[in-house]
Amino acid sequence: MRTKRFIFAAVAASTALALAACGDDDDDTTTEPEDVEAGDFEEGTTMAELADAGSITIGTKFDQPLFGLRGPSGDPEGFDVEIGKIIASKLGIDEDGIEWVETQSANREPYIEDGRVDIVVATYTINDERKEVVDFAGPYYEAGQMIMVRADEEEIESPDDLAGKSVCTVEGSTPAQNMRDNYPDANLELFGAYSDCLEPLRQGQVDALTTDNVILAGYVSESPDDFKLVGEQFTEEPYGIGLAKGDDEFRDFINDVLEESYDDGSWVEAWESTAGEVLETPEPPEVDRY
Amino acid sequence: MSSVLYDTPGPRARRRERIGSVIGGLALLALLGFGAWQLQKNGIFEAERWSIYFDPPKNQEAADVWNFLLVEGLGATLRAAAIAAPLALALGLILAVGRITPQRWISWPSIFVIEIFRGLPVVLMMLFGVLALNLSFLEAVVFGLVVYNMAIFAEILRAGIVSLPAGQAEAAYAVGLTRTQTLLSILLPQAVRRMLPSLVSQLVVLLKDSSLGFIIGYAELLRSVQNLRDFFGIRYVVPLFAVGAAIYIIINLTLSRLAVYLERRGSAKTAGGVAAAKEAVGGQVQGPDDRSTGA
Amino acid sequence: MDAIFSNLDLYWQGFRMTLWLTLASAATALVLGTILAAFRVSPVASLRWFGTVYVELVRNTPLTIVFFFFIFVAPQVGIRTPSFFVSAWVALSIYTAAFVCEAVRSGINSVGVGQAEAARAIGLTFTQTLQLIVLPQAFRTVVPPLINIFIALTKNTSVAGGFAVTELFAIGRRLANSNPADVIPVLIGIGVCYLILTIPSGILASWVERKVVFAR
Repeated sequence: MRTKRFIFAAVAASTALALAACGDDDDDTTTEPEDVEAGDFEEGTTMAELADAGSITIGTKFDQPLFGLRGPSGDPEGFDVEIGKIIASKLGIDEDGIEWVETQSANREPYIEDGRVDIVVATYTINDERKEVVDFAGPYYEAGQMIMVRADEEEIESPDDLAGKSVCTVEGSTPAQNMRDNYPDANLELFGAYSDCLEPLRQGQVDALTTDNVILAGYVSESPDDFKLVGEQFTEEPYGIGLAKGDDEFRDFINDVLEESYDDGSWVEAWESTAGEVLETPEPPEVDRY
Repeated sequence: MSSVLYDTPGPRARRRERIGSVIGGLALLALLGFGAWQLQKNGIFEAERWSIYFDPPKNQEAADVWNFLLVEGLGATLRAAAIAAPLALALGLILAVGRITPQRWISWPSIFVIEIFRGLPVVLMMLFGVLALNLSFLEAVVFGLVVYNMAIFAEILRAGIVSLPAGQAEAAYAVGLTRTQTLLSILLPQAVRRMLPSLVSQLVVLLKDSSLGFIIGYAELLRSVQNLRDFFGIRYVVPLFAVGAAIYIIINLTLSRLAVYLERRGSAKTAGGVAAAKEAVGGQVQGPDDRSTGA
Repeated sequence: MDAIFSNLDLYWQGFRMTLWLTLASAATALVLGTILAAFRVSPVASLRWFGTVYVELVRNTPLTIVFFFFIFVAPQVGIRTPSFFVSAWVALSIYTAAFVCEAVRSGINSVGVGQAEAARAIGLTFTQTLQLIVLPQAFRTVVPPLINIFIALTKNTSVAGGFAVTELFAIGRRLANSNPADVIPVLIGIGVCYLILTIPSGILASWVERKVVFAR
């Protein structure tokens, strides 16, 4: 495994070199990347490498309405995607320079560890277990776990009512772990994607779907006649940006970018053009420079 | 035509068969009609549902939808299968040779590898690739397909070699060929040829199994269907699924037909040889065993 | 290794579910497959045609697609199942039945035409011929491939783990996710559970196969 990772790193490095060698000027940019150059960053940092290469690989979800949802035309859309674009633009990388890679709940850490992605912006909850293997910038949003049920459901009003009910969620996610730890009497039914829970919920094969409020809000907004949210948020899920462990300079840089985006209005703009279509605009959370 | 179960029918039996056939046909038609009515009742034939293929909602282009299914989805499916098949064949060949080698320090490990990987679910090996070996989704899918199918290919090739008449090897030794020469230039070419239909059927299994990548998260054809469903909404799932399933069935049917064709051609060409071979070893020759027993 | 020993109850739960799913589907597929085989060898053309279309269609469809159909597509056309277990059971039965049908059919066809002709010549009726002459001989040839089909079925139940049935594969994925440091032992443990089911069945199949060869 060691050797393998080394080879990956070597390949990545040589690709970066090759790209840098034949890097051309972008004339027709769709967004406006900041006017930065590799020289603006200290040599040897991740920022310098990325700016130099003019490209960045960002992991996000492809099946999450409002945050990262990929349509047939190619690039994903959503709040996470906009945050990714803000970070890229501060590195002088335009939208064409971003390679979007699908990351799922179960594979985000390995992708960061192996350097398959530079950063992960994918409704990615910051927690201590994950901090053992990756580092987090942010949070850039505070979500919380909630429960979604059929619109005509009357028995379930809080997570305590889930005992003995079948509850759908995704394997490898924080909601699943939280349910096992705190509400072990609920029967978990696990799929690979939250969207897979919708049809079984509608048909009555499961009684509830639990995950972060923002994800559920997207589903309720799509089918308000079928689904509703019940109860209050019962966890706090700060969404962070995952990056390689120990890359403190890069983490500080992203944190600076986030704070800047809070101040200059680009964070609010990103929100309002995506998740803000359904949800109210929240106050941006305080960045946690641990 | 006489068969094991019934004699060549006379005029009365033929009439009864025809009546039975009509009744059976009507019953099937009724079943089909009920199915169509059920679909109609649930609004599956509404043109709007099928519009995703020519005028999709949400400001999308029809060309993008097709591209997403055929180029990205099917492309990823075929890519995994195309990388896995030759690797599995090559490793299967090595294992087959290893297994029939008289040296135990070679044959026993070969048997061990074959038996272990034959008995494990492919999707479990793909998961092992993702979580334990830190492979990418494509690599993990290829890994799962290769380790399982190399074991099956090895068994098919071994069966092919064993089924060859002993005279082939004896004649080779008699003209002074070494064991290796005999194996490589006399036995293997005939075994591969004889087992070609089984090998092609196993390719169908391999292609089908690539869809297990869906479960571990590889972005193949079924996953494209799922992504499009999530993007456009559940009411489009029937048209999306219909096309996705049709693509799989058409490709696999074509491959299966190829296997049948090869079998017919093969048996026509080598019929005399096989019959003679049966005689030589006392009727112990068995036909190619059908191993395409599923995913 | 701790991750295995402290979760033995989960392994056992998954093992039971895999076994239960295998047995239920095997029984249903055996019945369904035999009926289909009867269709395929019957003198009635329309039934033969139905059997052929079923077998060709199902054998060339990936099992994952069959599962996807019963869980996500079927409810849209008014077919609903009460639980994921039932969906998995139906999907596995329908899929496996096609392979059972082919095994039974080739078993019947492997009995020499002369056997039945001789039986008819000495005046046995159709049922007698079938019961006393054809089926006992066909049964022998059918058993080894049937065992192989059920071994494949055992492995195929793992697909249900991707569709919300908590069998061995699902348990393996869950334990691997919650014990990232012990992924390798956890998954090898799951693999051993499958091998406990598949390897003895494989040995049984080849033993029966040898018996059959000698009996001829």
